[in-house]
Amino acid sequence: MNEDVGGVPGNPRAIVVGHGEFAGGLVSAVGQICGMADKLIVLSMMGMTPEDIETTIRDELTRTGARVIFTDLPAGSATIAARRIVRDDPGIVLVSGVNLATLLDFVFNTAVPPTEAARAAAERGKASLIVVGR
Amino acid sequence: MAIHLYRIDDRLIHGQVVVGWGQPLNARFLVLVDDLVASSDWEKELYRMAVPPEMDIYFADVGTAIREHATYAADPRPGILITGDIASMYRLAKGVKAIGNVNLGGIHHRAGRSEKLRYVFLTPDEERQLRELEAAGVEVTAQDVPSARARPLLEVLEGESR
Repeated sequence: MNEDVGGVPGNPRAIVVGHGEFAGGLVSAVGQICGMADKLIVLSMMGMTPEDIETTIRDELTRTGARVIFTDLPAGSATIAARRIVRDDPGIVLVSGVNLATLLDFVFNTAVPPTEAARAAAERGKASLIVVGR
Repeated sequence: MAIHLYRIDDRLIHGQVVVGWGQPLNARFLVLVDDLVASSDWEKELYRMAVPPEMDIYFADVGTAIREHATYAADPRPGILITGDIASMYRLAKGVKAIGNVNLGGIHHRAGRSEKLRYVFLTPDEERQLRELEAAGVEVTAQDVPSARARPLLEVLEGESR
């Protein structure tokens, strides 16, 4: 049995934010597969200014104590906002290009602090991309 | 003309621009016209890292963009020029007569702005600047993504709810 290391016990361990319903869909899939959707906070950025996106992410980090941000596209507004946050607090980890395999690895890896789990999960996520066929 | 899209978008470089428009236009360079970004090495690096490797990005303040516009336009590759606000595009278009159309791509809610479309909110002064551009012969349309219909300025100013 893993012990939950780092973060605030019982609180979500990361924020997931992206275009459209991306974050909600991905976290819903995590919940369906392993029932651990409560470890992740879903943020939507639809209709928001860049300043609103940044403020919303900052507020959620403060409220929950989460130290990890997952975003979808490297070019996305959420990633730009998150990079501004990491500049101010380099102890926060941003993973851009998140996929389901990344999140699943992350939520199960409670033996290390969330920031460390995020780095490992990113590697798992990269490895999960496979191409089959000619 | 090598610049296929003149876009006003307060998110500057983001998914809709790089992928949504960049892919169908086969854009190979972006010109980001913003006085604040152009004056900050950190901001420039932030946006440089957001574009794919096959795409060049150039940074300019409005004055530089006016002077360099002919160079951008002479580039044989397809390009996109972006400003983060209406005031910057207004100044640019006033200084560059070759700009024939402007795309409203994302101008979101702020104090003093009223909603025209889901992704276009304007202050009275911004509305005036857009009307002036049209009166000067610049076609202004709102279109967030290529698959959407380009809405003429007059239709935009009437708003969705009316």
